[in-house]
This record gives sequence, C-alpha cells and structure tokens, in this order.
Amino acid sequence: MSAVAVRLRSRRKGTGLGLVAWLLGIAFFLPIAWMALTSFHSEQDAATNPPSFAASLTLDGYREFFGAGGGASPWPSLINSAVASIASTLFVLVLALPAAYALSIRPVRKWTDVLFFFLSTKMLPAVAGLLPLYLFAKNTGMLDNIWLLVVLYTSMNLPIAVWMMQSFLAEIPVAVIEAARVDGARLPTILTRVVAPIALPGIAATALICFIFSWNELLFARVLTGVVAETAPVFLTGFITSQGLFLAKVCAASLVISLPVLAAGFAAQDKLVQGLSLGAVK
Amino acid sequence: MTATTTAPVATPSVRTTRPPSARLRNWATRAPLLPALIFMIVVTQLPFVATLVISFFDWNSLYPDARHFAGLENYREVLTDADLRHSVWTTVLLTVAVVLASLVLGLVLALLLDRRFKGRGVVRTLLIAPFLVVPVAAALLWKHVLYNPEYGLFNGLLHYVGGPQPDWISNTPLLAVEASLVWQWTPFMMLILLAGLQSRDHEQIEAARVDGASDWQIFRHLTLPHLRRYLELGALLGSIYIVQNFDAVFTITSGGLGTANLPYTVYQSFYQAHENGLASAAGVLVVIGSIIIATFALRVVSSLFREEVSRA
Repeated sequence: MSAVAVRLRSRRKGTGLGLVAWLLGIAFFLPIAWMALTSFHSEQDAATNPPSFAASLTLDGYREFFGAGGGASPWPSLINSAVASIASTLFVLVLALPAAYALSIRPVRKWTDVLFFFLSTKMLPAVAGLLPLYLFAKNTGMLDNIWLLVVLYTSMNLPIAVWMMQSFLAEIPVAVIEAARVDGARLPTILTRVVAPIALPGIAATALICFIFSWNELLFARVLTGVVAETAPVFLTGFITSQGLFLAKVCAASLVISLPVLAAGFAAQDKLVQGLSLGAVK
Repeated sequence: MTATTTAPVATPSVRTTRPPSARLRNWATRAPLLPALIFMIVVTQLPFVATLVISFFDWNSLYPDARHFAGLENYREVLTDADLRHSVWTTVLLTVAVVLASLVLGLVLALLLDRRFKGRGVVRTLLIAPFLVVPVAAALLWKHVLYNPEYGLFNGLLHYVGGPQPDWISNTPLLAVEASLVWQWTPFMMLILLAGLQSRDHEQIEAARVDGASDWQIFRHLTLPHLRRYLELGALLGSIYIVQNFDAVFTITSGGLGTANLPYTVYQSFYQAHENGLASAAGVLVVIGSIIIATFALRVVSSLFREEVSRA
C-alpha cells in the first residue's frame, strides 16, 4: 500500500473519530453546562422532571447564595479561602525556590535522596497526622484560626512545588549560567537576569497549581476550623442535606466557588501536566 | 531555623580534616534546602510520629482519665471490627475502580485527541473542565443535580426515553461515588497520556504504517509499550490521591450505605466517636496501605508490563 493511499484512508476515518471526540467532550462537559444553566433558573424551574431547558433566566440563585434570602453570607468563607490559598502559596514559593535551586542548578550531594524525601511526605495521607494536629491546635488555642490552615497548606504543597520547580530549573542550560559567571556576573545578577526570565513561566504555573490545591482542600478545613476561619469548601458542605427547593442556589454556589480554580487551571493549562505529574512528564 | 544552619559551622573542632572555607562553602550550598526540609519534618513527620504513639493507647477523649497503654489492642480491634474491615475493603475497591476506569477512559480520550480534527483545542478545554471544579462542588453537583431521583438530570433524560427512574445513590451507593470521581479524574489521566502520545517517535509509526501495519498492530506493539511509563505514572499518582479521598464520600453519602472508606472512618472515629487511639491505629493503616501502593503496585505493574513487551 502506498503512503498516499494510507494517508487518505486515515483521513476519512479521522473525521468520524473527530466527531466521536466532540461527542465525548460534550458529554464530559454536560454536567458543568447543566450546572451553569440551572444556576440561572428559578428554583421552581430547576426542580422539574423532565428538565426545563428553555425556562426563563434569573439571577435569583446568585442573590440567594450571596445571602439575600437571609441565609449566611458566603463572603467570610471566600475571604478565608483567598487568605489561606494566597498566603500558603507565597510561603511555598519562599521555601521551595531556594530548595529547588539547591537541587538543580547547584545540586548538593545526594540531591535525589532529598528530592525523594519530599515526595515521600506527599504519600503520607493527610489523615495520618490529623488527630495530633487537632489536639495540638486545641491545646494551643489555634483551633478555628486561618493561619493554622496556611501552615498546613504550605506543607501540603511544598513537596509538589519543590519537584515542579526542580524540573523547571533543571531545564536551564548549565552553559548559560557558566557563561554569565565567566563574564563576571555575581550570584544575584545571575539569579535575576539569567535564571528568573527562563524560570518565570514555570514558577507561575507552580504557584497556580498550589493555589488550586489549597482552595480545594476540605478535610483539614472541616476538622480544624469552625465559625471564624471557615473556608469556601466548608461553606459548601452546608448544602449536603437537601433544604427544599435549593438546586439553583447550590449550582450558583458551586460555580462561584469553582471559578477561581477554573481560572487558575486554564491559566496554567500548558504547564498543568508537567506540574501535576511532579515534573515527570514534559 | 538559622540556628540549625549555622550550628555545624560553629563547632569546627569536631572535624578538622578539611579547611574551614571548604566546609563553609559546603554548608552554603546546603543552606537553601534547610528551611524547606526542617519545615516539612516538623509539620508532617512529627504529627505522624504522634499518631503512631497514640495508636498504642486506649484513649477516648470523653474519658481522658481512663487513658492507658494498650499495646497492639487498637490494631487488633481495627482489624477485627467488621465496620472497619469493611472500610479497608471499600478503600481498595474505590481506589482500584476509579483508577482503572479513569485510566481506560483517559486513554481513549487521549488517543482521540492525538489526531488532528476541527476544534481539537475546544474539545481539550471541555474535557479538562471537570478536573477544575472544586471537589466538594463536583460532589454536590452529582448528588443533587444529577442523581436526585425526582428532578435530577439523569432521571430527567431517562424520562424522555420512557426509562426507569432509579434512586441512584440508594441503589448503587459506591458506584455513585465512583462515577463522580471517574468524571473528575479522567481528564487528569488524559492529560498525562496525551503528553505520552505526543512524545512518540512519529517517523517510526509512519514507517510501520507504510510497511502495512494495521492501526491495532501499531497501537499494540509501538504505542502501548511507549505509554507504559505514562500509564504507571497516572495509576500511581491517581492512587495516591484517591486512596485519601474524603470529599466525595463525605458529600455524596456521608459515609453511609457502606461507602465509608478509611479516611472517612478515621475522621468519624475521632471527630464524632472521640476514639483517639482507634482513629490513630486506622490512620497508621492508611499510611501502610499508601506505602504498599506506592512501592509494590508500581513494581508489579512495571514487571508485568516488561514481560508482556518482551514476549510480544
């Protein structure tokens, strides 16, 4: 069979398979699209069987979610989540950047052992330390304090960040750094003028992924916070038991609280795989 | 932390074999690592050691005075308690089912996305979205908006074709939890496998095709062996995350109907039952389970795969 004939055959099959890909993509996205549509329906229209696809649109679900109907306002929990996610991400960067530097650009002896120690802490399930952390927080008055979550989220994301940034920094050719050194550049100059510009996209992706994991976290937040330091996922757990007609409100809440993650995820899309696979997949 | 980094330099009398400047430089290269290392040891390793210690005590926080050393009693109880044993089994079932299903689905989607077609970028974006919904929100979406027997989308769509109107969560609770997790984790597997597919040697595949190899032969003998590393990685990372899953079980079934996995059981036994010793023993078991998954599963899978490849 000639190469041209083979290509023709595979092109014809290609359109059919493209259609299958489209159908599967839509099927996977359908729950989210339905969630978005329902969030703009009235509670009556949201709870019909068969579903009302063409019902009139309203912002009532969002008004309800933001406390118009007398429910608790989600704002304190959203602010708590923002503080916990952003502060822990900054701490992660401050701790992980020097560590990644020492593991890639100027590798210390036995650097792979250190790298695997970081990874092993990630394999330690969160529940393994939950009780002592709870008892510690209770005895020191740190229970229901957002900064306890900041510390824990930092430890949760630090191994991921070290691995990711190690892999991003390792992509910087040693020759470039050596050349700068030969030209008389000192360490601060090399870091800001040579390393930073190449590593910046990787550092940004790392930060976004750490933000996502912190924003999503439920177990620690559920056990260690109460009224004051409640985070957005804990606020969402208030919707676990049905409360009459509340589908539009649930959809609005789920969508609003997921928006920062969707935004961060799509912003980091190109580096998402490398990040999530801890740098193993380029 | 600074005290620790400078301590070895402050005691030069111990080792005098190397000049101080070399030793100083040695520590200077290590110094950037130490804050991160010390932080991780304090925040993750110390609590685990505490868990290990507590797991040997009979300790209900409602009766703090009755606390006493119990040896392996808690482990005996955890391993013989029917509910706890069931939660071990549930954890295994949940993890294996979700990882396998999302790996297979992810592979199919990756193979489809590896071809060129109109709107490939849009389809990729649609497929990634489920992974980027906050896990609790995703679980709520499945519980109330999709599974609800009266007005959920599934029964709404079944209504059109005159199908039955099952109560999804009551009829098949574990499957209900698994389906929502597969929906969230398939995009993750797809991304890893797609990266694997795109790193294939395309000239080699083109050559095989010209030589008359069928699509299946190419997939079986070229693509699959190449993807081995990526399949392993997806299975490994997926297992590590899903073994620890708490959000979906907590939200969809609240651990009821036999869906309580180990993380949920640990949470419940100290947060609601105040059984600190038992909870710790169960926590240690989760850790042992994770270590087994992380080491053995990987080895078994890779050796099986290598055999397959060499036999082919």
